[in-house]
Amino acid sequence: MSFIKARSLKFEYIQRDEEGNVDGVLTALDNVDLDIRPGEFVAVLGHNGSGKSTLAKHLNMLLQAEEGTLWVDGKDAMDGANLWDVRKCTGMVFQNPDNQIVASVVEEDVAFGPENLGVPTGEIWKRVHKSLQSVGMEPYRSHSPNKLSGGQKQRVAIAGVMAMEPKCIVLDEPTAMLDPHGRREVLEAMEALNREKKITLILITHYMEEAVHADKAYVMDQGRVVMQGTPREIFSQVDTLQKYRLDVPQMALLAHELRKEGLELPEGILTRQELAEALCRLYGA
Amino acid sequence: MIRDITIGQYYPADSLLHRLDPRVKLMAAACYIVSLFLFRNAAGLAAVTLGLAGMVWLSKVPFRYMVKGLRAILVILAISALFQLFLTPGETLVAFWKLKISREGLVNAAFMVVRLTYLVLGSSLLTLTTTPNQLTDGLEKALSPLGKIHVPVHEVTMMMSIALRFIPILMEETDKIMKAQLARGADFESGSLVKKAKSMLPLLVPLFVSAFRRANDLAMAMEARCYRGGEGRTKMKPLCYHQRDGLAYLAVAGYFAAVLFLRRDL
Amino acid sequence: MSIILDHVYYVYSEKTAYETQALKDICLKIGDGEFIGLIGHTGSGKSTLIQHLNGLLRPSSGSIYYQGQDIYDADYSRKELRGKVGLVFQYPEHQLFAETVFEDACFGPKNQGLSKKEAQLRAFAALRDVGLPEEYWYRPPFGLSGGQKRRAAIAGVLAMKPEVLVLDEPAAGLDPKGRDEILGQVAALHRDLGMTVILVSHSMEDVANYVDRLLVMDQGSIRLDGAPREVFRHYRELEAIGLAAPQATYLMQELAGRGIPVDAGATTLEEAKNSILQAFAKIRTGRL
Repeated sequence: MSFIKARSLKFEYIQRDEEGNVDGVLTALDNVDLDIRPGEFVAVLGHNGSGKSTLAKHLNMLLQAEEGTLWVDGKDAMDGANLWDVRKCTGMVFQNPDNQIVASVVEEDVAFGPENLGVPTGEIWKRVHKSLQSVGMEPYRSHSPNKLSGGQKQRVAIAGVMAMEPKCIVLDEPTAMLDPHGRREVLEAMEALNREKKITLILITHYMEEAVHADKAYVMDQGRVVMQGTPREIFSQVDTLQKYRLDVPQMALLAHELRKEGLELPEGILTRQELAEALCRLYGA
Repeated sequence: MIRDITIGQYYPADSLLHRLDPRVKLMAAACYIVSLFLFRNAAGLAAVTLGLAGMVWLSKVPFRYMVKGLRAILVILAISALFQLFLTPGETLVAFWKLKISREGLVNAAFMVVRLTYLVLGSSLLTLTTTPNQLTDGLEKALSPLGKIHVPVHEVTMMMSIALRFIPILMEETDKIMKAQLARGADFESGSLVKKAKSMLPLLVPLFVSAFRRANDLAMAMEARCYRGGEGRTKMKPLCYHQRDGLAYLAVAGYFAAVLFLRRDL
Repeated sequence: MSIILDHVYYVYSEKTAYETQALKDICLKIGDGEFIGLIGHTGSGKSTLIQHLNGLLRPSSGSIYYQGQDIYDADYSRKELRGKVGLVFQYPEHQLFAETVFEDACFGPKNQGLSKKEAQLRAFAALRDVGLPEEYWYRPPFGLSGGQKRRAAIAGVLAMKPEVLVLDEPAAGLDPKGRDEILGQVAALHRDLGMTVILVSHSMEDVANYVDRLLVMDQGSIRLDGAPREVFRHYRELEAIGLAAPQATYLMQELAGRGIPVDAGATTLEEAKNSILQAFAKIRTGRL
């Protein structure tokens, strides 16, 4: 049973000139199929403009495809009547931490979602507490978001989504504007939600390192899904990835280069430890 | 300089003023502003000064922090004081060239300075002790009867609270844009007025482009969090009056009556 | 020596509750034609430091010299200095404003007092030097992709013909290909035009690949200063201040520690690869 199931999704941006005539058509999604099981951690990779953000917006019904079928948690996401149900069960976190925080106090921002859903006041307080705790931001609940670091702001944004008690969170390049420290913070917070609360996680990113722990990864290019599989399967295809303007985790790349030079290293090396082990084994042999 | 403005900033502290219902504070601020334009003698001045001093003391906001906000209005203050000083007819005290300073002008100028200063201090007290959200909640609730005649009260107050949240962000951004253009040799200070206005273009265009992008992003983020207007919304912090709010209303009424009373000639 | 910082201190919001010491006793010499990487985490003072180089921020104490002249001498023109030390900020959105990319690139040279014709020639050369395809030159800058905007922004500064180019995180937010392209372009500016380049970055990997000298900042001071190899040798110190050496360095350290005769100081993938291959070549010939 899939949590998200998409078949032949198609979406086009129509560009118009100044008089409003159709100037060109940009196919942002082209025949996209997805199968995501409940509780999975799925990474969607692709360079800027590959259509991955457009795809993310479909999962929350911020955009609706012209063709194809999309089911989210057993509800037809092509039917406008299901809009609020779908948004309730798949939350979204966006790239720019500043542009998604509504309130001027952390706890009030986290409460924004539940308030919109009409959750009773007492329950809102419980949810705010719980979700801030789940991302480690409880100590900052009465702070102004402007005084927080980028990583902390993104964790507040995640808490804001968690307070709506979704089954799934879609993160659209949540770390693109953060420094390495903030990036780690956000990754750890969201992976913990996946592990401990069994939240289905869909991470849209162009940082390959972030996809290493995913259960499954999709690679997009020009609106199509061009590769899919476990991160290990995908990262072993170095040449194909580079063709799609992506790079490979550094150590996978080094292993690949060494293999090309004739060292007999096994396929599927992703981390430094794995490469070090493999090289030592080879050297000792 | 931009950073000095304290109007619209919230100063977190735990004081009686912070705990009061925003509706009370809105009413009190309105009354205070009106009272500033009602008093006309030394006794009245003493009353409004006492009122302000009491509020400042109750707020636990450092006075120095508030005074910093005045720097932003120094120019306006100086100009209006000068106008009052020279343009009020009456008994001449000093005269040089075509300018005369009258006794009434001096008094008016002094009162004007006091009124504007107190106005800024009083209204910044409101925002310093009330979070923007409380403030807009208060407004929304206080104005909710207008909803019945199809005034979009919720929408307007929502916009206000969002504007307040983004003011500091846009100010910081202005600073950054300014530096980026200064680094390209831009000059925001010298030249004629027309030239100055034109030199603002490299500052304003990026600022507007960014503000529109932010608005767009935010609208999408709000929609994604199931925002669909005021209907059916609940509140994390619903407004309800406590005993202290009733007492505060009484105190405000007492203050207002006192100012009115002191107005009666002396 | 093109830039000298002599005991520079900088304090933000002096004499208020928010007072913070952003720079502490910075002494630094930057030579002509150097390619420098400036590394540190957010809040380490690197942005504050680069704004001192062109006189956007004035040190609370200490002096800054450009080509031997104190930039705070009464008769020194800091506006002119900004044409010589070109500073490109992190977000191109903060500087692009004109109707077309080309006009935008003319803004800097016009401010320098050049004629329209001269400014256009400068803009032309700069846009060509950053490798922005000509089809984008006469479009509004707002619709460009992230990577193209970066190029347009760099061109806007380059058009002033600076002798020193300072770039704040030019690759932030770009995808991997875009990042490689923009950093490659910066390296080409250094190589072909002989410019002094200072590259501010979070990413050790990026910097190790390009620069000759690395400055590591922490809490307003320069902690390490040297060739990347030298600096990354102190990877434990880097970790202590929340930074890390490139992955390749760690791998090579581990391999060397486990008895494989590789160069433990390698910092780039290329160096690591060659050194590993050499080590393995030795045992192969040894066995034959």
